[in-house]
Amino acid sequence: MSDWTFERPPALPLPQPSEESAPFWEALKERRLVLQRCAACDAVTHPPRARCGKCGGMEFVWQESDGRGEVHSYVVTHQAVHPALRGYTPFATVEVALTEGVRITSNLIDTPPDQVAIGQNVQVGFMDVGESIVLPMFRRG
Amino acid sequence: MLPPFRHRALHKNSSMSFSNAVAIAGVGETDYSRDSGRTELALSLQAIQAALDDAGIAAAEVDGLMKWFVDTSSEAEVAVNLGIPDLAWFGEINQAGNVGAPLVAHAAAAIHAGLANTIVIYRGVNGRSGRRYGRGDVTGQGGRGAGAFTEPFGLLTPQHGLAMAARRRMFETGVTSRQFGQQAVIQRKHANRNPRATFHDRALTLEDHQQSRLIIDPFHLFDCCLESDGGGALVLTRPELVRKRRPHRPLALIRAAAQSGPGQSSPVHRTAARLFAMARLERSDIDVVQIYDHFGPFVLFALEDYGFVEDAGHFVEDGGTMWDSGKLPANTSGGHLSEVYLQGMNHLIEGVRQARGESTSQVPNAELSFVDTGIGTGAVILERSDP
Repeated sequence: MSDWTFERPPALPLPQPSEESAPFWEALKERRLVLQRCAACDAVTHPPRARCGKCGGMEFVWQESDGRGEVHSYVVTHQAVHPALRGYTPFATVEVALTEGVRITSNLIDTPPDQVAIGQNVQVGFMDVGESIVLPMFRRG
Repeated sequence: MLPPFRHRALHKNSSMSFSNAVAIAGVGETDYSRDSGRTELALSLQAIQAALDDAGIAAAEVDGLMKWFVDTSSEAEVAVNLGIPDLAWFGEINQAGNVGAPLVAHAAAAIHAGLANTIVIYRGVNGRSGRRYGRGDVTGQGGRGAGAFTEPFGLLTPQHGLAMAARRRMFETGVTSRQFGQQAVIQRKHANRNPRATFHDRALTLEDHQQSRLIIDPFHLFDCCLESDGGGALVLTRPELVRKRRPHRPLALIRAAAQSGPGQSSPVHRTAARLFAMARLERSDIDVVQIYDHFGPFVLFALEDYGFVEDAGHFVEDGGTMWDSGKLPANTSGGHLSEVYLQGMNHLIEGVRQARGESTSQVPNAELSFVDTGIGTGAVILERSDP
């Protein structure tokens, strides 16, 4: 295992929480990955939404994810298609299929872009960015 | 002389139905470039005039205008400049580039319902010298909305999400980058036959494609659409009106139109089901297709998802989408990859030309011309109608 570490382009946009998503970002500050679950039918959704797509319920509870999943897909950005990326390419972005059945976009903090593979088992970690934002990041596991 | 129609004719009592009630009677475009030196409004006005001349219709006869929501020239501005005395119908559809066929559906429905007689759809854009859609600082959401869950991790452009889907598709079906390249090469060959095309004078080999730099892996440079300056326009009206003006020319009638809304899963399957049911046609009846190629790999995915072929990778490898020798010629003007990136407008123009027998890569005896303008968000089937 190499000691390669993902260097996040520091000027990437930071998440701007909405009314629906604020609890998700608040929980991350406590290093917890939480998912929105419909109080009526238990369907788990991500990203958070206003109304359950399955049953129409508008009440939700926040359940802690076990943070495990596998790489569903990934891309490697080679061209700096945004000023924030200059000097930071190539880097990989992954879609992780969590065991709860939803997918979440993130980066792998311990895997160089040329070693990312679909099906790779991963588990959540956390990265502090900015003053009060924590991002869910993943590592092999 | 054309051979007899191979496909099923419309039912006799279909005179009240939407099918074939409205024609795309005129098409027009500007020159295509990297730096037009004109405003987007000027591009639209120039393209509209060309389309009206093509149809034999005067600007003062136009009573409807429709546009892409993202187009910067308002209907009011265009109406004033065209000298339209009575604008009975106007509107735009709010998505991204993928609303060409939905605009045709809306306009045709309005004409069919009697709310307007002659509607112009236009798109004029300085997409290379002005706002470039390939730039994350242009198309990004600044971490707001859905962007909160993607942009902080480096997904910043439409290309990122599409590359993510393409990678998964490669994993699931085994389709390869070389096969994506085959489609890019075929479209370039079409562009080499089209004097309007941006890449008219430049050849492309499979090795060129494979060796071109990666932009967002798995997409190479030549999987990506152009960024272009240019304008295009369509004139929709009742067939009886335009037949008098252009008595000797075939007309492109709108046989069917369908769309599938944003956020829907499997939009292609939904659109395909509605479209072919309305048209009362089988996939095998279609003679030629234009498919929205923001990224070339999606032509292959759409060929499969619309039900045209089972294995698009091998289909394009065998030249299945070539204009002259393929079983289902695709993107015969060069498409977004090699003609121009007019967000589906150029696909609609080419679809009309195929139905009228006027393409620079004309499919012999084409009667049914299919156009997708957004990988399932909308599609139309155009039918040749001889004088």
